[in-house]
Amino acid sequence: MTFTGFLIYKALLVLIVFTISLVIAMYSTYAERKVAAFMQDRLGPNRAGPFGLLQPLADGLKMFMKEEIIPNVSNKFLFILGPSIAMFTSCVTGAVIPWGGSLHIGGNVYPLQVTDINIGILYIMAITSIGVYGIMIGGWASNNKYSLLGALRASSQMISYEIAMGLAIIALVMHTGTLSLNKIAAMQTGWHWNIIYQPVGFIIFLICAFAETNRTPFDLPESDSELIGGYHTEYSSMKLGFYLFAEYINMFISSAIIATLYFGGYHMPFIDRLGLSDNFGAILGIVFLFSKIFFFIFFFMWVRWTLPRFRYDQLMNLGWKVLIPLSIFNVAFTGTLMWIFGRIH
Amino acid sequence: MDIWQDSLIKREMQALTTRSKIAVNKKMTFMERIYIPAILGGMAITLRHFFKKKVTIQYPEQQREFAPIYRGHHVLKRDENGAERCTACGLCAVACPAEAITMVAAERKKGEEALYREEKYAEIYEINMLRCIFCGLCEEACPKEAIFLTDEMVLTDYARAGFVHGKDKLVEPMDKDKRIDVSKRQTKEVAEFKKHPEYAHNQVYTKSLKA
Repeated sequence: MTFTGFLIYKALLVLIVFTISLVIAMYSTYAERKVAAFMQDRLGPNRAGPFGLLQPLADGLKMFMKEEIIPNVSNKFLFILGPSIAMFTSCVTGAVIPWGGSLHIGGNVYPLQVTDINIGILYIMAITSIGVYGIMIGGWASNNKYSLLGALRASSQMISYEIAMGLAIIALVMHTGTLSLNKIAAMQTGWHWNIIYQPVGFIIFLICAFAETNRTPFDLPESDSELIGGYHTEYSSMKLGFYLFAEYINMFISSAIIATLYFGGYHMPFIDRLGLSDNFGAILGIVFLFSKIFFFIFFFMWVRWTLPRFRYDQLMNLGWKVLIPLSIFNVAFTGTLMWIFGRIH
Repeated sequence: MDIWQDSLIKREMQALTTRSKIAVNKKMTFMERIYIPAILGGMAITLRHFFKKKVTIQYPEQQREFAPIYRGHHVLKRDENGAERCTACGLCAVACPAEAITMVAAERKKGEEALYREEKYAEIYEINMLRCIFCGLCEEACPKEAIFLTDEMVLTDYARAGFVHGKDKLVEPMDKDKRIDVSKRQTKEVAEFKKHPEYAHNQVYTKSLKA
């Protein structure tokens, strides 16, 4: 592959991943309203276009048309920086996710992953940690006590749950022996999905993923009933839209990471035995990955419209007194099993 | 044990509902403490509702059925010949608990016999729809069977002034085909009910219905 060809292919892939993230985030808002409505025996948005499919466009237009308010007492630079960081971090995480196998066109191999850095998981952890700053800076720059409280809650919650999440990933990495998401996805052929080897780690990771994306039952940073809107109380127009949008992109990326780490990524049992051509298999892989992602997005919404919000001390108890000990135990247990089965040399 | 439940048992009182449960603050078992079975139970409930029939009534296309005696917008009736029944006696205004009705009476002049049934009529008759509580007491008080509540809704407006409905909006059209039907409110049962001496003043229209 020539260098120019390589650049064009990567640029195209970046563009596609970016667009898909945005479109899915956009339609997640629609799906969220529909799922919420259906679970409450209602119909949800169904007026804009067939089945209300144009609703996200109308909502987006509304967001753009709204008056842009920057409070006088706020720190203007940080006030704008906050949503920018939130949006930026949620968009760049998609770079290391393997969206499928490789396409073989004209003797060249085109892996369906923007970049296969060998520390993919660490990259994701690092970016999600930066994501906290988006919320924290936004909340602090608003110069509003509700925003500040929301930001404080968000940062302490995310820091607490990142530990358990990291420990859950350590157990997974011990099992897989690599930090590269591409290799982790590639090794889960057939039934060898990591969920079978790491069920406890999966549950911990899932709970932490809910906490990291600020989704119910961990939506304390923006709990409307006590904190008006939490860190985005003072935000309006598209800056508010960025925060909300970032949350939905995060949800999409989290679903993709859960699917990649624990549910075989683009693999599906028995498909590899059909003897399909590489290209067709790769495309089918994308379909499988996305069906898993959509399931988990639905799962996120399903949980949101079932469970009430945690109280703050309960949240901290769960994080520090339950999940962290449990994940340490999981690491020790995984190590013991690996030692028994002779995988440690 | 819950204090309320405790006292209930001691006094051998009957619970007010059949659904009341005796609450016991026992220690939770391990399965209860990990919450996951309860969470899954909750999620099963929401999933069941996901596939249930929806209760939404899609308003402009679908409309909920009104009760036959719905109390909506008022109408001032005309008699068989098209003359206004209202004589501006003011009983409706007196009966009105919300004080929504005002009127100015006037004397019928020569040549207006086709317009007004009796010598006195309401020159101005206004109901403030923001005050009205749609109780129907005006209808009950009316000795001339002139005012009725119909199954029409009172439309919204941007300004308060628009809610004060005058005779232009209240009096039914002269045209016989466009008369507003209040026969649902004038059933046999109502006629029977109105035979009660207390309503003796209010039998004019019912009598004419029978004839």
